[in-house]
Amino acid sequence: MENKIKKRREPLIHISKRISVAAWKAWLIRLGAFLGALTFIALFVYLIFGINPSDLYSTMFKGAFVGKNYLIPTLKAAAKLLCIAVALAPAFKMRFWNIGAEGQMLAGAMAAAFVMREYSAMPNWLLLLVMCLFSIIAGGIWGLIPAVFKAKFGTNETLFTLMMNYIAAKIVDYFYNIWRGAKSALGLINGNVLQKDIYEKGYLRYFWSGKNDSVWYKSEDTWYIIIIGIIAILMYVYLKKTKQGYEIAVVGDSQNTARYAGISVNKVIIRTMIISGAICGLCGFMTVSFQSHSISSEIAGGYGFTAIIVAWMSRMNTLAMAGVSVLVIALENGSQAVANAYSTSTGFPSSTASIIVSVFLMFIIGSEFFINYKINFRHISAKEVA
Amino acid sequence: MQKKSILRVIILVLISALLLSMAACGKTGDDKSQETSDKSQETSDTSQAEIQEPASFGWTKTLSLAETGVVKETAPALTGDASQLKIGVILVGDETEGYTKAHIDGIKDAADELGLSESQIIWKYSVAENEDVVTAADQLYAEGCRLIISNSYGHQEYMLEAATKHSDAHFIALTGDNAAANVAANVVSNFSNAFTDVYESRYVSGVVAGLKLKALVDDGTLTKEKLPDSFDADGNIKIGYVGAFNYAEVMSGFTAFFLGIKSVVSNVSMEVYYTSSWFDFDKEKSAAETFINRGCVIIGQHADSAGAPTAVETAYDAGKLVFSVGYNVSMLDAAEDAALTSATNVWGVYYKYAFATFINGGDIAVNWSAGYNDGAVEITELGASCAEGTAAYVEDIINQIKAGTLHVFDTSKFTYKGKNLTWAYATDSDGNYVYDMNNVIADGYYHESHVQSAPAFNILIDGISELNTPGN
Repeated sequence: MENKIKKRREPLIHISKRISVAAWKAWLIRLGAFLGALTFIALFVYLIFGINPSDLYSTMFKGAFVGKNYLIPTLKAAAKLLCIAVALAPAFKMRFWNIGAEGQMLAGAMAAAFVMREYSAMPNWLLLLVMCLFSIIAGGIWGLIPAVFKAKFGTNETLFTLMMNYIAAKIVDYFYNIWRGAKSALGLINGNVLQKDIYEKGYLRYFWSGKNDSVWYKSEDTWYIIIIGIIAILMYVYLKKTKQGYEIAVVGDSQNTARYAGISVNKVIIRTMIISGAICGLCGFMTVSFQSHSISSEIAGGYGFTAIIVAWMSRMNTLAMAGVSVLVIALENGSQAVANAYSTSTGFPSSTASIIVSVFLMFIIGSEFFINYKINFRHISAKEVA
Repeated sequence: MQKKSILRVIILVLISALLLSMAACGKTGDDKSQETSDKSQETSDTSQAEIQEPASFGWTKTLSLAETGVVKETAPALTGDASQLKIGVILVGDETEGYTKAHIDGIKDAADELGLSESQIIWKYSVAENEDVVTAADQLYAEGCRLIISNSYGHQEYMLEAATKHSDAHFIALTGDNAAANVAANVVSNFSNAFTDVYESRYVSGVVAGLKLKALVDDGTLTKEKLPDSFDADGNIKIGYVGAFNYAEVMSGFTAFFLGIKSVVSNVSMEVYYTSSWFDFDKEKSAAETFINRGCVIIGQHADSAGAPTAVETAYDAGKLVFSVGYNVSMLDAAEDAALTSATNVWGVYYKYAFATFINGGDIAVNWSAGYNDGAVEITELGASCAEGTAAYVEDIINQIKAGTLHVFDTSKFTYKGKNLTWAYATDSDGNYVYDMNNVIADGYYHESHVQSAPAFNILIDGISELNTPGN
């Protein structure tokens, strides 16, 4: 017997779950992953396109942060991503895998665009209000439907929310094609300066006569960023400090425990998904009214999916999400800046920009593995050698 | 308990709001689709003689040719100093797409010829047709660009916004159609549109396809007996066309292509399938496959990928009798045997004109469009499958176009609902997609790109039918 056990070989590598990991150690692993990604990309870009790493990273940094023409677009896009990630936070905390943020945002944007275009005769303040309200309701409904099905019939929310994305996108396509008429692109809604009576109706900036974007408080961008920042803080408080936030956490940990504690699980699921969808809807309204002044099925720009990674990486901490969002967008805009600067001279195509972002995300998400698990190498014992 | 009932009320309100909005949407949707179908009816009814009497616009019955708003000029000799110039370029794609690549090549050629250095051009690739255009324009302006160009139709409204912001820079929205109206209304003075007379090269590419058909008919390969699927009920040879959208730029293009074919082989009919996208390899490929299955012998295209030629080459290799005519770039890489030629724009001619004019301190035309006479359009290298004698025949046709003895939209060569057109408006004055002013038929032909540079011909002539309406 003893002999047999001795003969069984221990594998060279085996993986074990870490029971706990010191915060400094976790951050060290993350930093390592970040530096690893930087090195890998530098090498990849240098070997294929011959762009040296210092040029690469200085171009990326400038393209993301330097000067208001670069910093503000980065912050705007990060705000959009943050808003969707914040909307996902309560659902994910509840372990309701809402991958329908894209559709919830589209539903909100569609409602806003519809009101904006069809009821442009309303006074602007009322129009904005109605747009906002309808967007929140539309987004809320888009979140409510899969929640009701989950609560009542136990349907799989991942597939359900995913499919709701396509429904929303097709509805948007439908209206886009009708409104586009005989042109090949819709362009701005209420954007024809020659139609004075409806020009810029439903735009936040219409609020201020003689629109002057250079005054900070008149800028649509300012409000976009500020309002989303406030939403992130409110959500942080909601999840950490309120009874409802606590209920979400309990349902997420164990539905049975929640039931035992007298929490109505179905109620929490439905309520939370309405909130999640409504915030996406609001994001849709703000994106239409403050930013694009138009609609297309691309308006969410895939952020509904990127936001899942952001929420995950931030571990549902909505304040951490702000930082992660800025990082992701900076990578995106920075890589595009590299494509703009080097495409003609080195053939660096803009699609490579997405590769850079993806490699970064893979390294950083991969690092979570090393935080949660430990890799053990076989100990070469004296016995074995003998 | 109370909380629970509040929740119920909220849910009830949300659901009823959903139902209401669905009902409302459905209703408006129906109205709208009604409207659009009316609209498309009107678009196909653009022989306004039947639907709108000119008198209703306060016109007299004798319609004189509208004044031309389009400049045809080539680059002036450089008199200004180009060393300080910076040009910003906003592109909808990058060099992996034929359409954008043609623009990149044109800009590089123009810059080379004018002695501009690489650093004087700042590029923005893959800029979507949304507010990102304004962001890109702001960045380019801040980096010192005073001439800023965009290359896609959907960029134009955002370019207009950028032009109102930066009045000391000049903005050009290529393929756009809103500059003249906004300049006339004094919204901006630093804004231009431009296009090429690409209908000329489309016509010539049609002639190439027609010659191929004629050769196939003459040598007995293409007969009703051997290939019954390739003929429609009236004995016309079937042609397929993969179009992007049902708007004038595409309609003008396929009409010119069809008329080119028809000038060689009279018994042809053409079907058009719209992909609702300028660039969608899979959709274009499957549209071409549909046409191949329907027996089409020639597949033309106004969409930017090599999807259609790829499908055609596969079918050709499998023994089908089918050939491809492309757009923007030579399709010989994608369809070595089945590609005949492609119609292209030579954007460099315009870019050289615009750059040189700007450097000299002159005014860039609000609308510019030129064709064979100025070298702004051409067809690409003829494929090995082209009929014998094509090159010489085509050269003769091009010379006739240059000399003004052959007009692409010769009204005696086509009919609309069985009649020859005697007049047609080319300007939509109120934004409802129906042309209501500026007659462009005179001297026996439709004057394309006459009032504005963007193509205006949107009449669905006899012999061409649409397989679908875009958006589906």
